[in-house]
Amino acid sequence: MVTRRKLALPSPLRKAPTGILRKALTGVPGFDEITGGGLPKGRCSLICGSAGTGKTLFAMHFLAYAARELNEPVVYFTFEETAEELAMNLASIGHDISSLVSKKKMLVEHVYLDRSEVIDGGEYDLDGLFVRLGAAIDQIGAKRLVLDTLEVLFASLPNEAILRAELRRLFRWLKDRGITTLITAERGQGALTRYGIEEYVSDCVVLLDHQVLDEITTRRLRVVKYRGSSHATNEFPFLIDDRGFSVFPIGIGLDHGASSERRSTGIERLDTIFGDRGYFKGSSILISGTAGTGKSTLSAWMASAACRRGERCLYFAFEESRDQIVRNMRSIGNDMAPFLQNGTLRILASRSSLHGLEMHLVTMANAIREFKPELVILDPISNFIAAGTTTEVKSMLTRLIDMLKHQEITGIFTSLTFGGSALELTETTISSLMDTWMMVRTYEHDGERNRGLMIVKSRGMRHSNQVREFIMNDKGIELVDVYLGSSGVLMGSARVDRGAREGQDKRGLTQEFEKRRRAIEHKRLATEAQIRVLQASLESDSAEMLQAQKASDERMADDDSTRQRIAAMRTADTLRSVRRNRRLARKESR
Amino acid sequence: MSARKAVPAKRRPLKNTHKKRKNLQWNMLLYIAGQTPKTVRALANLRRICDEHLAGLYSIEVIDLLVKPRLAKGAQILAVPTLVRHLPAPMRKIIGDMSNTEAVLVGLDLRKRG
Repeated sequence: MVTRRKLALPSPLRKAPTGILRKALTGVPGFDEITGGGLPKGRCSLICGSAGTGKTLFAMHFLAYAARELNEPVVYFTFEETAEELAMNLASIGHDISSLVSKKKMLVEHVYLDRSEVIDGGEYDLDGLFVRLGAAIDQIGAKRLVLDTLEVLFASLPNEAILRAELRRLFRWLKDRGITTLITAERGQGALTRYGIEEYVSDCVVLLDHQVLDEITTRRLRVVKYRGSSHATNEFPFLIDDRGFSVFPIGIGLDHGASSERRSTGIERLDTIFGDRGYFKGSSILISGTAGTGKSTLSAWMASAACRRGERCLYFAFEESRDQIVRNMRSIGNDMAPFLQNGTLRILASRSSLHGLEMHLVTMANAIREFKPELVILDPISNFIAAGTTTEVKSMLTRLIDMLKHQEITGIFTSLTFGGSALELTETTISSLMDTWMMVRTYEHDGERNRGLMIVKSRGMRHSNQVREFIMNDKGIELVDVYLGSSGVLMGSARVDRGAREGQDKRGLTQEFEKRRRAIEHKRLATEAQIRVLQASLESDSAEMLQAQKASDERMADDDSTRQRIAAMRTADTLRSVRRNRRLARKESR
Repeated sequence: MSARKAVPAKRRPLKNTHKKRKNLQWNMLLYIAGQTPKTVRALANLRRICDEHLAGLYSIEVIDLLVKPRLAKGAQILAVPTLVRHLPAPMRKIIGDMSNTEAVLVGLDLRKRG
């Protein structure tokens, strides 16, 4: 028996059994999933990365979350920025440090040592720092501590050997006190940190970097090491925006539910195509087609239909601005402005080349998390190819679709097929991810282009196999049956023409019949007349015949009487006596 | 143990100190964290150097951070022992057990650096 193996990211909510490493939630979206619960509790962790990768921000998230959500007091030791600078920098990304400080939930201390002021007077130890840390921790009863770029000490204190020994002692000391500590460090050349302190901080090491590919930067996070715990080892994209730091874990898995609820597309004939009831809620729909075939129009129409039902819809536009979409859709009688006003529709427009794919993914994921839509539209996904390779696009879409499906959000994706390439080729890479695939293509005939819509596939429902003509006018979208015949697919004016001709033919046929009917009638009448004439002549003939007979009889009678008179005159035998004589002669011979 | 152990020194009024180079006064604070061999060594070394070069012109105040931990923050002390020379200006910090006599003399402005 084959058991399905899940790509299991341990749930952060699962409580670690005693004796097993306990973890401290960081509150960084995504990070706790990757590490199965955050950073090791009561131990030292290291976060390293080159300048501007977000180390300080991550550290601040880790503290602010504990102070705000877990009600754990925290201490922040900054070696580079003053407390004021830090508060100002982090305010812009949504962390109100001063309020936490005033509530005695956070203590920020700036540690500063100018190398030019310092003279190496011999052997020393870092008890001064220990005392300060101890005092700060005790003052508010802190559970978490951040040492933001501890390595600055290497630049400001003499005698590296002593410093190394002292840092080792410091980490030991913090561990003994059970303080969950996060240390930030600059990325070094060929090593994780510039001064190699990862050697001492061995419980958990997180690496941040950014990758520039085709002029597009992607921030990535990787858990290099996590002693005593399983963790995801991939490089995970992460995002820093006005809401702070968020990581997007790859691969949520194929264990989502499937709704059998149906949703109308807002186009009656299109619903009919999908077995009369529209698409499945939570399915992924691909609308592909060549340029200007109405992919956006179709998706915007479906968006409006969803909004009309009161569902929230999130529209990611990568080609047109919000206002442009609204204006263009108004031209076909689809007014989206009211939905934008009442908050059921949100259009987020950006260029796909604005940032890397992963960043797009994280941005979209955040927007989806925040807006909680029931329908998400990406218009178009083909533009992403510009920001990454096909494989990367597929990987990104897979994760996005997984995420959408987990939340039962319907996804509509439009994809531009380039004129020259085979219509079904470019989508093969992503079509396997899609539940429903509508293709809109143009048909060129008699010097005009017409749009045809067909369903390439639609999982789990009966659907029409017929190509429909797709018509957009100021009243909206219409799907019309096309003529399929020996002369090919007929659309547009050819279809209208054909329709007209068919009408003509019909009329012609009736006329023809009428004509023939009249001709036959005429012929019939003529024949009848002829019959009458012939009959008349027949009658006249027979009348004549009778007359002739009569005349001849009369004449014969005349002749007989004349002959008898003559015979009498000649006293000849009468005919009667002749016959009597002949009869007598025959009797005698017998 | 008291927080500040004022080491008796011949003091002159502060206002006179910046009038003449000759009348300079060396005001120093030595930050320590408990009585460790390093601390004891540092204080002994410092006394020796000062007595040799600055007899009667200096004052050393010893601050134990274990007793007054909050003082470490204001003075930005990390390493101990740290000797902070407030006067003559500019401020200097000499870190360590003061075994490096040359460095201490440079730190006390008694010898040019290098």
